[in-house]
Amino acid sequence: MAHSAVGVIFTNIQDKNIPELSSLRTMASIPFAGRYRLIDFALSNLVNAGITTVGIVTRNNYQSLLDHLGSGKEWDLARKDGGIILLSPYSNETDAPYKNRLEALKGITGFLQRRKEDYVVLYDGDGVARLDIEDVVRFHEESHADFTLVYKEMDSVESHYYITLSADETGRINSLMINPRTDGKSKLNLYINVMVVSREFLINIIQDAVQSGYSSFGRDILSRNVESMRIFGYKFNGYYAGITSLPRYFKYSMEMLDKNVRDELFGARDIYTKVRDSAPSKYIDGAAVKNSLISDGCIIEGTVENSILFRGVKVGKGSVVRNSVLMQETVVGSSVQMDCVITDKNVVIRDRRHLAGCAELPYFVAKGKIL
Amino acid sequence: MLRKKECVAMLLAGGQGSRLYALTNNIAKPAVAFGAKYRIIDFPLSNCINSGIDTVGVLTQYEPLELNEYIGNGQPWDMDRNFGGVHILSPYQAKKKSSWYQGTANAIYQNMSFMKKYNPEYVLILSGDHIYKMDYAKMLRAHIETGADCTIAAIEVPIEEASRFGILNVNPDGSIYQFEEKPKVPKSNLASMGIYVFTAEKLYKYLEEDDKNPDSGKDFGKDVLPTMLAAGEKMFSYRFEGYWKDVGTIPALWSANMDLLGEDPAFDVGDASWKIHSRNPLAPPEFISDTSEVDNSMIALGCEIYGKVRNSVLSSNVTVEEDAIVEDSIIMAGTTVKKGAKVSYSVIDEGVVVGENAVVGADKKIAKGITVLGRNLTVSPGVTVDSGKIIDKDYKGE
Repeated sequence: MAHSAVGVIFTNIQDKNIPELSSLRTMASIPFAGRYRLIDFALSNLVNAGITTVGIVTRNNYQSLLDHLGSGKEWDLARKDGGIILLSPYSNETDAPYKNRLEALKGITGFLQRRKEDYVVLYDGDGVARLDIEDVVRFHEESHADFTLVYKEMDSVESHYYITLSADETGRINSLMINPRTDGKSKLNLYINVMVVSREFLINIIQDAVQSGYSSFGRDILSRNVESMRIFGYKFNGYYAGITSLPRYFKYSMEMLDKNVRDELFGARDIYTKVRDSAPSKYIDGAAVKNSLISDGCIIEGTVENSILFRGVKVGKGSVVRNSVLMQETVVGSSVQMDCVITDKNVVIRDRRHLAGCAELPYFVAKGKIL
Repeated sequence: MLRKKECVAMLLAGGQGSRLYALTNNIAKPAVAFGAKYRIIDFPLSNCINSGIDTVGVLTQYEPLELNEYIGNGQPWDMDRNFGGVHILSPYQAKKKSSWYQGTANAIYQNMSFMKKYNPEYVLILSGDHIYKMDYAKMLRAHIETGADCTIAAIEVPIEEASRFGILNVNPDGSIYQFEEKPKVPKSNLASMGIYVFTAEKLYKYLEEDDKNPDSGKDFGKDVLPTMLAAGEKMFSYRFEGYWKDVGTIPALWSANMDLLGEDPAFDVGDASWKIHSRNPLAPPEFISDTSEVDNSMIALGCEIYGKVRNSVLSSNVTVEEDAIVEDSIIMAGTTVKKGAKVSYSVIDEGVVVGENAVVGADKKIAKGITVLGRNLTVSPGVTVDSGKIIDKDYKGE
């Protein structure tokens, strides 16, 4: 079924949520779980549903994204027909990069018109989940829906922009709210930024919206039409990590240490990512590693506990790294103490430094910094 | 202009590797796993691409399926090329005659048309059973500078081991005056590494002559090279200094893996200036639990470690359950060591299950030898596999 769907990933649209990590890259290329980028989960879910064409919508800071995607071969998306199609910010019809989702969609109308697939899966690259897109498309088809929004029941939300909804027993959404106030007690049905829509219907909607001068997809298209359109909710019950802030990033990173979470996301070994041919990690005599995820190319001589180490991280003698996320090529000298720290790529922590944050406010070291 | 390649490499990968016993029951030696994520053939292939040689014929014969699949279109080594790239060369049925490869020289001879297609000036002959990092471009430059017809890479070996090798007796300028294949009383300790650069025209000429000679064993070391020397061709040695290990036996494979460990390893696969390329496992980072102890080991992606691991090399997706112990061992991809089991001084192939509380091998100090478990077998819970044993089917005890 899903071979008659095309994927569209918005790589920048949620950038505002996590400026620390997205000031130099797109949301979708934020590193996660030791060797992945957020977009790997979106791409893998789409590809595993049989989708062979994915449009990548970019606006700014997409150098690292391009570097990660390459030709798309790692996701089997280096194709003659379709594959990865980069949709760069300047379209023929606009002279400035898009400001909102509607403008972004308008910019890719040509791409949507050229495709032949029946459905479009609109995916924001800001969540981590193993989501059966094929089943979502099937649900969309069987419900004769105009839009199908994937949602998850959550305890709380922490985001600049979010949509909550409620649906009847058939799944049809009867109320849809944007940024409603939450009391922190009752459960929320949170839209997780994945939706399915019929391709031709979407093209018409975009054209109407432009003519009507609409600016908000959520407010002007979805919320306004809850009664007149068939908008359905697909309830997702699996593990979902919405990367909506730095503390959330930290919290969800730590959840990767839970075997159940890991088994759900990676047990089938079908989350694809770019490979870099790093050597396997080495544990030197005297290393003490506990409850940690260690990616390839690491050399560990010190103590590492409850932490996530990305590719090529070095931890020197006598150093103690606890509750931390160290991204690619972070070098920790000797006799360093770190607790609740997130280091971005290529950070160097010199000998004998002590750094500490707390779970609610992890200490963040920006890309390339030497401390 | 005729498209051409200055140098084409021919990699002999047809060997059975019978001294690796159970490890090569179903795969060719170059496909044997090494160093937690590599296979032996990754080393010569990476050396080629790092030396600027992008055209490689891989000659396969014994159990080639897994090797063929592993090499695929060559993309992991950047060898998916429009012109050149890596090609699997299996024995084939020709119009007039067809035969298996009879020897190293015959294997190359049968693929003359492959080499000639690239119109190379030089041909590099390699074998697929050594672990080393070598810049073939330097050797090629030496070959060109000396004006040799054939240059043979050579390394000094301990004199007491020299009789296991093809020994080169050389003049001070490096030119070779005598070959001795596995001499009882070696005159020098300069051993041939089985790596040859030929000037292409000379190679073609001598291979054709060798093919016509019914007395020839069709082997480079025993036949072609001595014939060339006797005919007065210019043959030079090229000294290689560095790590070079034949991993054709279980003890050699074991110790070469151990050479990767430690702070200052005898052989560094993590050297960014000479990357070893390989196919990468599709797996998340390895997980080291809080019940585990990992010391002096190399562990690949996808492993889940709950027990103790020391002085060991673990390939991808290996699970070591709680209270299990793995020491002085090499464990290949996808193997599980169940709760309470103990693996000592062993080499365990892919997909093995070591049952709960089973004992495989013995402490290195008292073991009779390295224990070997072949692919996809199961060792029943609680049983003991004695040290030095080689097992290739499910084991339920004596």
